[in-house]
Amino acid sequence: MEKSAISKAKKLFFSIFNGLDPQLGYILLGLATVGFITFLSASQNTPVRFGDELRNLALSFLVMWTISRIPPKWLEMAAIWIYGIGIALLVAVAIFGLIKKGARRWLNIGLIIQPSEIMKIAMPLMLAWYFQRREGILKTWDYGVAAIILLIPVVLIARQPDLGTALLVFAAGMYVIILAGMPWKWILPFIGLGAFGIILIVIFGNTICAPDITWPFVHNYQKHRVCTLLDPSSDPLGKGFHTIQSMIAIGSGGFFGKGWFQGTQSHLEFIPEKHTDFVFAVFSEEFGLLGNLVLLALFFALVKRGLAISAGAPNLFTRLLGAAVTLIFFTYAFVNIGMVSGLLPVVGVPLPFISYGGTALVTLGFGAGILMSIHRHRRLVQS
Amino acid sequence: MVSFKKPNLDSFQERIHIATLFVTFCFLILVTRLVWLQLVNHGKYALLAENNRIAIVPAPANRGLIIDRNGIVIGRNYSALTLDVNAGEIKGNVDELIDEISQIVLISPRDRRNFKRSLEDSRKMGTFPLRSMLTEAETARFMANRYRFPGVEIRARSFREYPYNELASHLIGYIGRVSLKDKERMQSEIESAKADDPDALQTSFLPGIQYVGKIGLEQSYESVLRGSPGYDQVEITAGGKPVRTLSSSPSVPGKNIVLSVDIKLQYLVEQLYGNFRGAFVAIEPQTGDILAFVSKPNFNPNDFVEGIDSVTWKELNDSPQKPLYNRPLKGIYPPGSTYKPFMALAALETKKRTPSQSISDPGYFDFGNHTFRDDKKGGHGIVDMQKSIVESCDTYYYLLARDMGVNMMHDFMKPFGFGQITGIDLKGESRGILPSTEWKKNTFKKPEQQKWYEGETISLGIGQGYNAFTILQLAHGMANMANNGIVMKPHLVKAIEDPFTRNRTLTTPKESYRIDLNQENIEVIKKAMVEVNNSGTSASVFKGTSYQVGGKTGTAQVFSLNSKEYNHSSTAEFLRDHALYIAFAPADKPTIVIAMVVENAGFGAQYAAPIARKALDFYIEGKWPKEIPEWKRAP
Repeated sequence: MEKSAISKAKKLFFSIFNGLDPQLGYILLGLATVGFITFLSASQNTPVRFGDELRNLALSFLVMWTISRIPPKWLEMAAIWIYGIGIALLVAVAIFGLIKKGARRWLNIGLIIQPSEIMKIAMPLMLAWYFQRREGILKTWDYGVAAIILLIPVVLIARQPDLGTALLVFAAGMYVIILAGMPWKWILPFIGLGAFGIILIVIFGNTICAPDITWPFVHNYQKHRVCTLLDPSSDPLGKGFHTIQSMIAIGSGGFFGKGWFQGTQSHLEFIPEKHTDFVFAVFSEEFGLLGNLVLLALFFALVKRGLAISAGAPNLFTRLLGAAVTLIFFTYAFVNIGMVSGLLPVVGVPLPFISYGGTALVTLGFGAGILMSIHRHRRLVQS
Repeated sequence: MVSFKKPNLDSFQERIHIATLFVTFCFLILVTRLVWLQLVNHGKYALLAENNRIAIVPAPANRGLIIDRNGIVIGRNYSALTLDVNAGEIKGNVDELIDEISQIVLISPRDRRNFKRSLEDSRKMGTFPLRSMLTEAETARFMANRYRFPGVEIRARSFREYPYNELASHLIGYIGRVSLKDKERMQSEIESAKADDPDALQTSFLPGIQYVGKIGLEQSYESVLRGSPGYDQVEITAGGKPVRTLSSSPSVPGKNIVLSVDIKLQYLVEQLYGNFRGAFVAIEPQTGDILAFVSKPNFNPNDFVEGIDSVTWKELNDSPQKPLYNRPLKGIYPPGSTYKPFMALAALETKKRTPSQSISDPGYFDFGNHTFRDDKKGGHGIVDMQKSIVESCDTYYYLLARDMGVNMMHDFMKPFGFGQITGIDLKGESRGILPSTEWKKNTFKKPEQQKWYEGETISLGIGQGYNAFTILQLAHGMANMANNGIVMKPHLVKAIEDPFTRNRTLTTPKESYRIDLNQENIEVIKKAMVEVNNSGTSASVFKGTSYQVGGKTGTAQVFSLNSKEYNHSSTAEFLRDHALYIAFAPADKPTIVIAMVVENAGFGAQYAAPIARKALDFYIEGKWPKEIPEWKRAP
């Protein structure tokens, strides 16, 4: 009698996980565990509470679980609405938005939200919806329409200014467009141009970083970020300080790391934003190259699994959406680690599932939910 | 219009593969970067992290005390609360910061000036006191407002204090904040010390040294008094906040110096000088212990410790009294008649005279076409050696000088220390001038100036002419004679004392050398000098002593009067004669010798000898003159 009650409760508990992709689940569990362990160390001597992180993780899981139950068809139908609301909010931000630290990014609608976050999911949804609708009758000018759908929010976000988010939203859209079949002859020149630009910046860094030279289309502080990246020691106590200190944290971690809670750089406050954007430096210092390889393997597995789910998805919408969401995860991880290790300019990008932060975790849970949903509903649609 | 082929699963799969490749490539970049940071450059970054984390906080060493021969402390330390400002953390205008702080804690214009000066001197490195000796109320007020002033802190600090203020200022000297120049000098000292002995630990931790002796004993015994500062290795946050101490190396306090000076005697003499300028040196002849070393007027060394304010500094520097001038060490004076006993001894030793050989003094001596006058019109009559000293007969010594010649005088006087560095333990001693033909040749440029003229020899006999000695040399010479030719190096510091065990290590009361003298000759001179105080020029001053005193008065001309009569009251003060006096007592076995000058005072017997009498009465009999305020021990 008792036994069956326990097994019933067990059954009930595990039924929560029914329909979730186990592989993706374990990977996410692994990442969340790393995130939680690191959080414990990184949040020492900060006002952030342990309970908040648990609540965020639970909320993220709840969002993921809920979305995984929703058939992709519903998302497809909601896509244009979500996108529309997102654009409306961005316009509202431009008009009524709150200004913090010189940027107009937030909107007070009872609680303070950052509409550009919505665009990170709304953009691939909208474009996947658009390409789904045009499937089979795709014309050249459809790419033009796609470009307009893409550029309206990107420009709005870039003007806030929030170049980091704008680039991420742009990347999310571009993933959909490229995966939808944009011809290589259009893509390759852009890649070439980009590569050429980077090479030019690296070679002529000293010249273009001269103080009296202003860059077109770019704020001075953004130019400064690129320039301090090229030579962090040019501003050792200013913008370059964070990059230098996080590189020291990573480098001093060595192969095995200094051990959990033993990172001097992190615990002596040399790492900025150590529980949010720069949490990777804390992890690296305490767990070393060994820990980093495990973390990178987890991210790589996440991307592989996400792409595999997308490849097995039943229609163009789910394929494009799944692959784009997966690549967004990848982009976050790459840009964040690149920035913390001094490869990329400092932009505000969290490390997926590791950084502390409610909004980001919910967005990521949403994305993971989409992948779960695509996996869960593949047979239903096919049959 | 071109239409594209319908995107099918194959083309999507293909793009997924490309995406996978792209992702793999990007992850490889990250892995490479992490290997570069964590394996290849691990050492470099580990060191950087360690440097980040650890700050060295100096722990200043307590400076040694300065103690007189009887145990009275005349240079000491006290602890007080100080408002310290870390120069590195000053953001924006210094004046604005001080204005803001001054609303909470009283900051005088002098504090402000001193602080700004230390900032400039140090190129804005380190922590500097803005205000010292905070009251309890001020401390409480500041602590309540502390959050407003990052980098400003209240600390207990040790301060140097000279409890008797002006007393003995020229011999004690003072300490001041280490200047950049001092720092550079100390750095090179430490490096050369390391080069000499590579095994020796860093003798001093430079950043811990904030004060250094600037003049006087504080300067010459700096290395003894300073000790070596320690330091704590402290783990700090990026904001410089200390977290915990990792290791600490304790400071070693400086050693105390025990002076040979009797500070009560010093005090008495300084009081006796009143408003007169001058120099006074008393030496214990058997040891070379300097018992008093007076330079008047003096200054308050406490004014210098935390940086002197410009008004006081200007006053001290511009004063015609020259209070900063160390007269016994640097001032050179013609010895005048105090030179006569030495001349007389020279005459006996060189056999140019016997004690009984007499001259007839008409009151002047003609040499060439110049007349050298005696101070007694009509002369002293028949004068033998004793009378020449007792009555201070000039003519006797004009003749003696002529008979000896300049070089013989020079050779005799040199071992007594005249015109020589005595080697006292203070820096900046003047050599003075003990003339010789050689000296003149080396000193002047033009050939006609280099030649010695016979006429120049004559006035040397009465301690005038080129003769110019410090009062220290005169006292040293007197001590050498009183000690029967055994030369002891004069010194102000007798012993070095360990601050914990109180064990004393004697410094150097060693005999330097002996002057080969005939004891009988010395006795003749000593006897004559005793007679000076019995029946001679200073007899009235020394009436009624229970001990016998040998002495000799002197009056030194400040400028050449040519043939005009000297009139004390009508001569401008700074042109008046210097009054000199030398003495030894008790005459049979001297325990103290004195040499002194009272500048522009007039006759030695009238102005200098009375001071010597009172000093001797105190030193030998313990008698304190009524007119001088009692010695009070500092609280």
